[in-house]
Amino acid sequence: MSEQNAAAAAGGPASPGATPTAMTGAQSLVRSLEEVGVEIVFGIPGGAILPLYDPLFDTRKIRHVLVRHEQGAGHAATGYAQATGRVGVCMATSGPGATNLVTPIADAYMDSVPMVAITGQVPRPAIGTDAFQEADISGITMPITKHNFLVQSPDDIPRIVAEAFHLASTGRPGPVLVDVPKDVLQADTTFSWPPQLDLPGYRTPTRPSTKAVREAVRLIAASRKPVLYVGGGVLKAGATPELAELAELTDAPVVTTLMARGGFPDSHPHNLGMPGMHGTVAAVTALQKSDLLIALGTRFDDRVTGKLDTFAPEAKVLHVDIDPAEIGKNRSADVSIVGDAKEVLRELVAALRNEGWSQENRGTDGGPQPDLTDWWSTLNGWKTTYALGYDEPEDGSVSPQYVIERLGKIAGPDAIYVAGVGQHQMWAAQFISYEKPGTWLNSGGLGTMGFCVPAAMGAKAGAPDTVVWGIDGDGCFQMTNQELATCALEGIPIKIAVINNGNLGMVRQWQTLFYNQRYSNTNLRGSRNPKGSAYIPDFVKLAEALGCVGLRCDTAGDVDATIEKAMAITDQPVVIDFIVGEDAMVWPMVAAGASNDEIKVARDTAPDFDYEMGEAVAGDDDLLPTGGPDSGIKTGMKREGVT
Amino acid sequence: MSRHTLSVLVENKPGVLARVASLFSRRGFNIDSLAVGPTEHSDISRITLVASVEGHTLEQLTKQLNKLVNVIKIVELDATESVQRELLLVKVRADVSTRSAVLEMVQLFRAKVVDVSTEAVTIEATGTRDKIEALVRVLEPFGIRELVQSGMVAVGRGPRSITDRSLRAVERSA
Repeated sequence: MSEQNAAAAAGGPASPGATPTAMTGAQSLVRSLEEVGVEIVFGIPGGAILPLYDPLFDTRKIRHVLVRHEQGAGHAATGYAQATGRVGVCMATSGPGATNLVTPIADAYMDSVPMVAITGQVPRPAIGTDAFQEADISGITMPITKHNFLVQSPDDIPRIVAEAFHLASTGRPGPVLVDVPKDVLQADTTFSWPPQLDLPGYRTPTRPSTKAVREAVRLIAASRKPVLYVGGGVLKAGATPELAELAELTDAPVVTTLMARGGFPDSHPHNLGMPGMHGTVAAVTALQKSDLLIALGTRFDDRVTGKLDTFAPEAKVLHVDIDPAEIGKNRSADVSIVGDAKEVLRELVAALRNEGWSQENRGTDGGPQPDLTDWWSTLNGWKTTYALGYDEPEDGSVSPQYVIERLGKIAGPDAIYVAGVGQHQMWAAQFISYEKPGTWLNSGGLGTMGFCVPAAMGAKAGAPDTVVWGIDGDGCFQMTNQELATCALEGIPIKIAVINNGNLGMVRQWQTLFYNQRYSNTNLRGSRNPKGSAYIPDFVKLAEALGCVGLRCDTAGDVDATIEKAMAITDQPVVIDFIVGEDAMVWPMVAAGASNDEIKVARDTAPDFDYEMGEAVAGDDDLLPTGGPDSGIKTGMKREGVT
Repeated sequence: MSRHTLSVLVENKPGVLARVASLFSRRGFNIDSLAVGPTEHSDISRITLVASVEGHTLEQLTKQLNKLVNVIKIVELDATESVQRELLLVKVRADVSTRSAVLEMVQLFRAKVVDVSTEAVTIEATGTRDKIEALVRVLEPFGIRELVQSGMVAVGRGPRSITDRSLRAVERSA
């Protein structure tokens, strides 16, 4: 990905004036960032990194966005990277500045986001002395970075910057941290570009093995119930057109994981939706009943597989991933292809066409292509019977799903949607139709509450002509909303819809289901609030205080008008405080540690799968709870109330 | 579970051992023995590690190690195709009455006495794990006062070197 950066990092065309020039380490660092093509950096200065901020003041190639908290800088870099496909860059000073980056770095590591974090460090002679604002950030981030560097000499700066961007953006992308001691920034050095990379142990995957591609074709040809199980790697590789071609060629259904939403159009008839803990019945069950999982850039995460040893028991696995360590990590693969998803998909499509496959010949008697008519009639049955839906709240409150659904309809498929973590994230993944890659950003692996506002800021900074909507919860929003001030001051007009149910909604949902409705510490409005039911904080006033337009909507009838009002404001950030009911729950759901066979479409309600399929049906009275400490779900339920 | 010996060539840079050790603890791999030292090339260090793991875990361990940017190459050394040695230094109680018996054991195991005092002898032995364990067993009745042992180091038999091709990679990028 990010060919531009990679080319520059790999020593692309040398720019004029690349002959060795005398300068300080700090100037060399700024020049190096310019050379790798950095256009925007999110950060906050401080003691140890001060020398860097001086030449940064002069550069006209790099925009520095002064955030309010380093965590905001990190997530903004991720939002920028996810929206543009380029490397996101954040900066912080030593000690607390650097440790505040830990969460967004871990987040980027889990979601394979190309990010470079630059931190100041105490001067070399002070390292190891517990100096003021000293933290061993390279040690701290060792397990959550793809690689990190502690710069020992100012002469190494250009090479290390080039290596950091090369590592972050190639292979399986990930965060790279560069820690630079203050005296290294101040020291004299010479700068020349391009540097020679020195990474003898780093290899990016070569061309996919033709033997493996041949075996993959054999598996696909033998399958009668295939599923394309698509993960975020397909988006990272920019392989969405190739994916669409493979889906149409093979007629296989597609499920897009939380990280892959937008990787295959939701409007496409082959799309069954999202699999996993809160996936659609069709997507979850298609995986369960499949005879071949064509896993593309995905890592068999526990939120997708449920109880691993009962996941897709009949299925063979064709696993395509750029990271060889993902092959066989959780589920063994019958055939594996290590490589970039775009390249592998191209070769697969070419190999299938060579064997005589074509879209027109699908299902022709005697042809090489299997007939998937039976599979599709089953799939379509699940798709129509168990379509996503929600009940209107009985207490007359606004339904959160309705708000999110309307937002998706009004803002449309061209907007970028950025979520926090929790119920609103799941509803945003379920009830908005994603048609294009890069239009759905969220924290999938780490599940970082507070991701939304800063990531939306980064996305908007990278795609200023695109409407960027943050969909946040009131719990998440209170973790990072300070970046709205940054947005207001820097001219980054994002829009945030706060789905305000006054609770830590997802935790509350688990308390409802698994802890006998004992709502321990999930009510954000407080039981001892002397002002009764007043909103504390008042998000409308808070938005205004942060330099944004604040709107509130607490009736269903006003939802459209409020969204449209926000859409009309393009020169300022807008926050809409949507007051919604607290009892709405995310369905369908597979309880943590339970098998995907035990998916529930509503509380105590399991789908009634087609008995003709002759497969096990969830919902038997004697079904026992399975799995870890989180289970305890009541499984002895009847099949009732399914519409 | 079976024992596997891996030779890991790494860049000779600060913090590389910490990266390897941190990977093991983070991913929950248990290592029996680990030895690090220089090689014939000043830019490359060699880690020899022994792990009792099943095939699937060994594959994950190798793949995860390979993802470390400073790891250049990993080779599994088969016990029969390689020479594997550990070093033992052991201080055994030995006075006039027992010294000759202790020395007899030293000779039997082709070990060496490297220090003598009136109450003890210090013995140096190298060998496979089995040999070292056997020596320790026969010395135990005399009274072991102190014992220190290295991790295993190993090298493949025959003329070929596992560093040859890796050297070219290092030289190319340097």
